[in-house]
Amino acid sequence: MAMSRPPSDVHKDSSQVRQKRMIADHFARLARASESGARCVYTFVPGNLTELLLAFDALPVLPEINALQSGMRGKSAEYIAVAEKAGHSEDVCTYVKCDIGMLKSGNVGPTGERLPPPDLLLLSYTGCFTFMKWFELLREEYSCPVVMLHVPYQGEGRITDAMRRYVVDQLREKVIPALEKATGRPYDEDRLRAALALSARAEDDFVWVLQSARNVPSPIDAYFGGVYYIGPIFTSFRGTPEAVDYYKELRAEVEERLRSGRGPVTPDGEASEERYRVVVEGPPNWTSFREFWKMFADEGAVVVASTYTKVGGLYDTGFRHDPARPLETLADYCLGCYTNLSLPSRVDLLSAYVRDYRADGFLVHSVKSCNSFSAGQLLMLREVEGRSGRPGGFIESDLVDPRYFSAANLKNRLESYFQMLDQKRPRSAP
Amino acid sequence: MSASALRDLVRGAEALCFDHAFPSVRAWKERTRGLAIGYMPIDVPREVLHAQGCLPVGIVGGGEMEIIRGDAYYQSYICHIPRSTVEMGLGGALDVLDGMLFPSTCDVIRNLSGMWSMLFPGKLVRYMDAPQDFDPARGGVFLRDALESLARDLEACGARPLEPARLRASIALYNENRRLVRDLYALRRAAPWKVPTDELYLVLRAGLVLPVEEHQALLRDYRRLVETAADRRPLDQARVVVTGCFCEQPPLGLLRTLERSGCYIVDDDLIPIHRYLQGDVEAQGDPLDALVRAYLEDVVAGPTRYIGEDRKGRDLVERVRRSGAEGVIFCAASFCDPALLDQPMIVRAVEASGIPWTAFKYSENSGQFQVIREQAGTFADSIKLWSGA
Repeated sequence: MAMSRPPSDVHKDSSQVRQKRMIADHFARLARASESGARCVYTFVPGNLTELLLAFDALPVLPEINALQSGMRGKSAEYIAVAEKAGHSEDVCTYVKCDIGMLKSGNVGPTGERLPPPDLLLLSYTGCFTFMKWFELLREEYSCPVVMLHVPYQGEGRITDAMRRYVVDQLREKVIPALEKATGRPYDEDRLRAALALSARAEDDFVWVLQSARNVPSPIDAYFGGVYYIGPIFTSFRGTPEAVDYYKELRAEVEERLRSGRGPVTPDGEASEERYRVVVEGPPNWTSFREFWKMFADEGAVVVASTYTKVGGLYDTGFRHDPARPLETLADYCLGCYTNLSLPSRVDLLSAYVRDYRADGFLVHSVKSCNSFSAGQLLMLREVEGRSGRPGGFIESDLVDPRYFSAANLKNRLESYFQMLDQKRPRSAP
Repeated sequence: MSASALRDLVRGAEALCFDHAFPSVRAWKERTRGLAIGYMPIDVPREVLHAQGCLPVGIVGGGEMEIIRGDAYYQSYICHIPRSTVEMGLGGALDVLDGMLFPSTCDVIRNLSGMWSMLFPGKLVRYMDAPQDFDPARGGVFLRDALESLARDLEACGARPLEPARLRASIALYNENRRLVRDLYALRRAAPWKVPTDELYLVLRAGLVLPVEEHQALLRDYRRLVETAADRRPLDQARVVVTGCFCEQPPLGLLRTLERSGCYIVDDDLIPIHRYLQGDVEAQGDPLDALVRAYLEDVVAGPTRYIGEDRKGRDLVERVRRSGAEGVIFCAASFCDPALLDQPMIVRAVEASGIPWTAFKYSENSGQFQVIREQAGTFADSIKLWSGA
C-alpha cells in the first residue's frame, strides 16, 4: 500500500483556496440576483456558452453541477426520492431526478442559499439526449423562455462545414436574439472576442496541467484531482480574468510539484508512491467521492488521464477558443465535447492516452445514469485493450444515487484489478 | 374461406416479422442485386433509399430470441433492443444488409452506430442526426445536406444516383403506404373488434422487411379480409391508447394480453415509422425539399422530437379524443430514456384532461404477462364501472 502523509499535514494549495472563493462569490451573486437585477441563464456543462453569456452579463446556472454538489453534500438520495415520488422512473438519469427533487424542495444551492429562477433556459443540446428532456421538464416548472441550440453529433468522427454552419446559424439567429431579449442588452461581439481570448489563455495552462501527468511519477491525479481542475473552465468562469489567474496559479503549483518530485494530493495527504498509472473512462461517483478516491489512493494508483475531464471541452488535442472566429469557435467547441464524439473517436482518444501517458492499464467506471457515456463502454474496453495491449478493468456505480454505490464490491474489484496489473508487469530477469 | 385466408395472411406476416434469417430480404437481393440497408427505430427517410434502388429494412430487435453474445456488450441498466441487435449482427443474421442507418432516437441507438462501425468495418454505417431546429433555413438546410450526403454514400456503395423523378415516384409510393396504414388505424378506431392489435402489429411490422410495393398489397388484402370477417363481433371492452412503445417493441404476447384483459387498443405507438410523417409529402416541385419540409413540419410530436412550444402531452390528449379512447396505458420499455423521461410530463397533461391512465414497463423478451393482465384488466374494469364516460 502506498504511504501518504497523515491528514493533519494536508494543506490546501492556494489555487484550491482561490477556486473555492470564486465559486462562493458566484453563488453569492446568484443569491443576490433578484436584488441586483442580474439575469440568470440555466444551461449545461457540455456545450456551455459561458463567454457568450458573459458578453450579456448573464449569470450561468448549471444543473449538473448542482446535482453533483447535492451528491457530495449527501442530499441527493432525498432529492431523488422526491422526484421518484412525483412520478419519475427509477430507470432514468439521477442528475435529472436530483435536480427536480432539489427544485421541489426549495431550490437551495450548495452554499445553502436559494438559487434564482431562470430568466432563460439555454438548452445546449450537446452530446446527451437527456438534456433535451431535462429542460422540457424544467420548462414545465418555470414560466420562462427556452432557447434550443442543437449541436449535431460527430457520427463520422469529424466536424463538417454543414454541422458548423448549422450551429453558427442557430447561435446568430436564435440564441443571441434570445439572450438579447432575456437580458435587455445588445449583442457586443467585441466583448465576446475579449472573453474568448481569455479562454484561450486559460486553456493553454489547463492543458499544460493535464499533460503534466505524462511525467513519471505524475504530479497530479487527472481524475479525482482533475474534477477540481476542471471546475472553473467547465462552469461559470471560462472567458474571465479570474479563470486565467486560477490556471496560471495552478500551473505554477504543479510546476513546483514536478520540480520537487512530489506526487498528487490524495484524500489523506500527498501520495508518496506511484504504483499504478491508469487511464479512466467515465464520470466519477459523487455520493462517495472521497471513499472512491481512497480506493485508488490507498493502492498507490494514480489516474494519469481521464475522459470525464473532457466533457466540458476537449482541449488537449489542440482546440482553443479563437477570438478571430467568435461564433465558429463556439460551434467547434460545442461539437468537440467528449460525449459528442463517436465511439471510434473515443477509442482513439483513450488508446492515445494509454500510450502517451505511459499507463499500466485503463479502467471504465460505468454509471447507470448516463447512457451517453455508458452505452458501448464494454466494446470500448475490448478495443482499447486490443490496441494498447494494456489490461482493462470495469467497475459500475452511479453519479448521485447512493443506492448504486456498493463500496465493498468496488473495492474488491479494484484490488483484483491492481493485482492483475502487478502480474502483467514485465518481470526483471532472475 | 375468408377466415382461413385471413389466418394465412396473418401467419405469413408473423413469419416475416420473426424469421431472423430475413428470407424476404435475401429473396429481394437475389432478384434485384440491389443494396439492402437496415435502419433502427424510429425513422429514416425510406423514400431516398427506395429512389436509389435500395431496400430499406427495419430492424426492431430480436424479440424473444436467446441472447448469448449481445449481453456481453451491455450493462444491466441498458434497454434490450441493442443486445438483440448486436446478437443478430454477430450471429450473421444481418449479413444480408449492406449497411445500417442509426437515427437520432436516443444515446443508446446513437452509440450503437459507433459500435456497429467497429464491429462490422466493411459495412456502410451512418448516424442520421435529425435537426431539432425546425426552421427551413437552418434545420432544413442541415437535413438536406445530410440526405444528399447519404445519397452519395449509397451511390459509392453501388446504388444508383438519387434523381428527382425517381424520388418523386418513391414519395408517391410511401404516401400511398402511409394512407393505407392511416386507413387501417381509422378502421380500428371505428371497429376495434375487426382489427385486433396483434394482427395490425404483424401487418405493420412485416412492412419493415418487405419492398413497399409488396407491403401495399399486404395492407390492402388485410383490410379487405377483416372488413368481410363476419365472425368478428364487438365486446364490451374499454377503449385505450397504448403509448411509449415506439422503439423496442413489446412481445406479441403482451399485446394479446392487453386485448384479452378487456381493452381495445384504438391507437398506439407501435412500429411508428409508418405514421411518423402524419400526412402526405408533396410530390410536386423539388422532391428533396418536399421531404425535408415534411420532416420539419409534419412529424408526430413524439419523445425524440424537441417540443419547444407548450404542447407536451397535448398530442396524446388529442389522440385520445380523436380515437374515442377512455384511458391511456403507458407501456414503455425498461430503461427507455425518451419514453420514461417524457412520461411525467405526459401524465400531467393526461391527468389535467381527466383521462384515466395506468403504466407498466416491459422488455422485448418479457415472457410473463399475468401481472400485466391483472393490471390491465383492473384498469379496464375501473373504466367500465366508474368512468364518467
